[in-house]
Amino acid sequence: MIETIRSLGRWGLGTFERLGRGHLFLFRTLAGVPEIFLRLSLLVHQLFSVGVLSVFLILISGLFVGMVLGLQGYNTLVDFGAEESLGVLVSLSLVRELGPVVSALLFAGRAGSALTAEIGLMKSTEQLSGMEMMAVDPIHRVIAPRFLAGLISMPLLAALFSAVGIFGGFLVGHGLLGVDDGAFWSQMQVKTDWYDDVLNGVIKSIVFGFVVTWIALFEGYDATPTSEGVGRATTRTVVHSAFAILGLDFVLTALMFGEG
Amino acid sequence: MMQNKSTEITVGMFVAAGIVALFMLAMKVSNFSEFNDDSGYQVTAEFENIGGLKVRSPVTMAGVRVGRVSDISLSSDTYNAVVTLSLYNNFDVIPTDTAASIYTAGLLGEQYIGLEAGAEEEFLQNGDVIDLTQPALVLEQVIGQFLFSKAEGDE
Amino acid sequence: MPLIKIRDLHFYRGDRAIFEGVNIDIYRGKITAIMGPSGTGKTTLLRLIGGQLRPDRGTIEVDGQDVHKLSRSELYELRKRMGMLFQSGALLTDIPVFDNVAFPLREHTDLPESMIHDLVLMKLQAVGLRGARDLMPSELSGGMARRVALARAVTLDPMMVMYDEPFTGQDPISMGTLVNLIHKMNDAMDLTSIVVSHDVTETAEIADVIYLLSEGKVIEKGSPVQLKRSSSQWVQQFMQGLPDGPVPFHYSNVSLADDLFAQEESA
Ligand SMILES: Nc1ncnc2c1ncn2[C@@H]1O[C@H](COP(=O)(O)OP(=O)(O)OP(=O)(O)O)[C@@H](O)[C@H]1O
Ligand SMILES: [Mg+2]
Repeated sequence: MIETIRSLGRWGLGTFERLGRGHLFLFRTLAGVPEIFLRLSLLVHQLFSVGVLSVFLILISGLFVGMVLGLQGYNTLVDFGAEESLGVLVSLSLVRELGPVVSALLFAGRAGSALTAEIGLMKSTEQLSGMEMMAVDPIHRVIAPRFLAGLISMPLLAALFSAVGIFGGFLVGHGLLGVDDGAFWSQMQVKTDWYDDVLNGVIKSIVFGFVVTWIALFEGYDATPTSEGVGRATTRTVVHSAFAILGLDFVLTALMFGEG
Repeated sequence: MMQNKSTEITVGMFVAAGIVALFMLAMKVSNFSEFNDDSGYQVTAEFENIGGLKVRSPVTMAGVRVGRVSDISLSSDTYNAVVTLSLYNNFDVIPTDTAASIYTAGLLGEQYIGLEAGAEEEFLQNGDVIDLTQPALVLEQVIGQFLFSKAEGDE
Repeated sequence: MPLIKIRDLHFYRGDRAIFEGVNIDIYRGKITAIMGPSGTGKTTLLRLIGGQLRPDRGTIEVDGQDVHKLSRSELYELRKRMGMLFQSGALLTDIPVFDNVAFPLREHTDLPESMIHDLVLMKLQAVGLRGARDLMPSELSGGMARRVALARAVTLDPMMVMYDEPFTGQDPISMGTLVNLIHKMNDAMDLTSIVVSHDVTETAEIADVIYLLSEGKVIEKGSPVQLKRSSSQWVQQFMQGLPDGPVPFHYSNVSLADDLFAQEESA
């Protein structure tokens, strides 16, 4: 009994300590961000491995999610004779929720896990420590460019996801199910608000990008420097990112769309 | 070096594609384009009840969109809803005795304001008030009235 | 006055004492060797000197500055004047050999690319790997990687270099070359060198002073000749690599017999 309470206490202390280290890590990373603008080649390189390499996955997933939305949405709407609203349903679902959330989940799986593994391996092969001894701060040189790249890539990827998804919904709705294309687009335009829907969606994706990249980089930096440790850190990145994305999505949605 | 160049090009393409997607969401998917023509003129109308009308609901005339609702407030002396309509500048010959009613698109659809043109020679201008208004039809009230009149008729 | 002055150094890993009251002086322009059984904390000592680890007690002064009282930026300035060869090489795996050696120059100087090119090739020539400049670190053998790391450790022309086991994994020829190289660089570049090594003969050849560490203490110090003449059994065993004697080969533990016996009992 005492032992259980003790281990619970130890777990709690450990968690708080990690949280503290995580925040310290974030502050040091943020402090390193301005420097990157003097060395854009570092950023470009990371935009490639974090952003460009995720594009294919995002486009394909976005297209299919949009197509499924078109199909499911049509079947529901047609019962109310409101199939003209298909465009609205597809665009609002994507722009407000599915675009930011699903692309962030995919991003965590594709780019986040890769970042953790990369940093973790750099740590276990003493590359980070070697840099420190060469008087190069690895947080500025290695972590900060990756962080900024994640922050920039995420909203762009989410926008691509939504755009392709809406196109997928249109393909199914108009091409397959015969919804009038004029109605599809005009209804969508009337009911999708630039500020309330699109911009809020973009803000969500920026927040998700921030959190996922932070988690991924910290897990790598804080990993036990063994193959097992790096493996576990990679898993943690995906799991913790998923929790963070879904939890934050709820909070952000309540804040943004709460008052109707 | 070669590798560097192709990296730069693909990254450029990625960023451009992302921005195009955002632009498309703004222009083609949402009502972003409306935001910029705030050049319209404003008139107000008082309604007894606006039902589910919202800011940015459409304002139409004979089915043609002529503006949108830009503000909704409550009058403190009449307890009516004061709705500000923002009408597009190219519809500047709307008679002053035009009537405004709140309709519902479809049975369960969104509510919007429909204008019916009057016969006056003078036209609405910025700051004018539309006097002839008809409140939203609230389904429960209609059903209630129907049942009431039915009951009275039976007696 | 010594370049590095270590006084009363205490360092613990958890409850385990790695150092308990170590005093070391490392003089300018000399090659100082740190020797001792595997796991005594030689690498740990280098990390303490480099400021990557913090002692639990005692001080380490490098060039008159207390390493662990420096601010972050002062420490980084000091590190620019320290070269370190990691036991594992610690090369950056995503860039080729050339860029690895050029890394400190590109990070800390504004030299034109043509000059960096020449400097890097000179360093690579010195370790005999000029031809390997375009290889990726994953394409190098362990010994080659260590030589590249050595070239990188001296690109900034530091005032001191710490070599963590530079000779391990080298064939007799490159070993001989490396021993010479470390010796020559020390004299030509006016370096101060700290060499951590297990290779008694090679180290004794070039070292001016040898420190023998074991179980958290300095067991013996002196010139190679002095150590070879030492009357201590411990020193004799270590210097001659004899299997039997007072030097513990095993990580501290209960005796083997007790361990085996304990298992039989519980079975
Ligand atoms: N990160 C760590 N956490 C806990 N203990 C450690 C850690 N690193 C090293 N140690 C312990 O510290 C002791 C000294 O390690 P160190 O690497 O300095 O030994 P070494 O003298 O360099 O050995 P070798 O000659 O084999 O390289 C070892 O016994 C090891 O168990
Ligand atoms: Mg070691």
